[in-house]
Amino acid sequence: MRSEPKWTDERIENVVANLLRAGVLLSALIVLIGACLYMVRHGHSPVAYRVFRGEPADLRGVRGIIHDTMSLRGRGIIQLGLLVLIATPVTRVAFSVFGFAKEGDRMYVVFTVIVFSILVYSLLGS
Amino acid sequence: MTVLAFSLLVCASSLIAGLVGALTGLGGGVVLVPLLTLFFKVDIRYAIGASLVSVIATSSGAAAAYVKEGFSNIRIGMFLEIATTLGALLGANLAARASTHAIAIIFGVALLFSAYFSRRPRSQAEREVPRDRLATRLRLNGSFPDVDGVRSYNVQNVPAGWSLMFVAGALSGLLGIGSGAMKVLAMDQAMKIPFKVSTTTSNFMIGVTAAASAGVYLSRGYVDPGLAMPVMLGVLAGSLLGARILVRLHTKWLRLGFSVVIVLLALEMLYNGFSGRI
Repeated sequence: MRSEPKWTDERIENVVANLLRAGVLLSALIVLIGACLYMVRHGHSPVAYRVFRGEPADLRGVRGIIHDTMSLRGRGIIQLGLLVLIATPVTRVAFSVFGFAKEGDRMYVVFTVIVFSILVYSLLGS
Repeated sequence: MTVLAFSLLVCASSLIAGLVGALTGLGGGVVLVPLLTLFFKVDIRYAIGASLVSVIATSSGAAAAYVKEGFSNIRIGMFLEIATTLGALLGANLAARASTHAIAIIFGVALLFSAYFSRRPRSQAEREVPRDRLATRLRLNGSFPDVDGVRSYNVQNVPAGWSLMFVAGALSGLLGIGSGAMKVLAMDQAMKIPFKVSTTTSNFMIGVTAAASAGVYLSRGYVDPGLAMPVMLGVLAGSLLGARILVRLHTKWLRLGFSVVIVLLALEMLYNGFSGRI
């Protein structure tokens, strides 16, 4: 495989940097779109953050957030953007598994898989 | 206050917090929760949820720039992220059980710590430390570009650094902060990693640490989109702006001023926590 450039630390770091930047920008864009819809519809309602009530069930999980986004609800779209934001470092870790595997660094493949499992557990398990 | 006015005010304050945080290198995340709870009268649980997501945004935004410079060590970062993510899970689960008073008090102490840390002189001297067996086996030793060529360094005290990172992760999950000060302390002081490598690697790790607890917060209903939106957009804009105008202007007075603000916020958080107002 001569045509394919070798996977070095440097090349992996470059991909990681671009991945992080793209994730943050995409998330900010989605949040901004949601914010516009939210402001048009609820901009003049009073705020209520003094008393903690917790979010409704549809804004707590992936399925509910996607459902709310499909029905073009401002708060649902913002939450989707935040979900993309949370997923950005998770994707970065997933890519690092691939990167270390390409480098043939088995020990770090194991470490990275551990970190990835903890992240997936926190997102889905709780 | 209407949603529109509230969002604009919160966005503007978060922008200033992000800007000053980036200029002083202290991170804006640490003042977000006191700002929201003390001035905007937001419940501390909503404030922590919003702060946590914006911490991911600033960390990932800044890390993108640092990683390319070649200072951060992705092996040290990944190895220590096992500790910080486990700690973050513990912290996020403690947050559900602890009373808001207790969280406010711990927050006050964490603020005092980061103010103290920002006044401490950096360890700039070149350190010649021997190779540590465990660190060598874990392939943690590395190198970074310096003024005169590439400088290599050896890592020490891996167990101590790992334990401190676990605590840093737990604080991050409990308080919704990046706990960058403690991460740098673990790497720079305990593990003897050069300061520049410590700070950039810490920044690189903050996003992953915060993501581990953000999932727990989201599923528990602590992340309110209406509140997280202005905070996240404001802090992100402020920190990106701060990174641009960081042209070696005298940040000494800014740092001093910011640490005074942090101490005042800390005392206010402690007072509110002890008197049961939060």
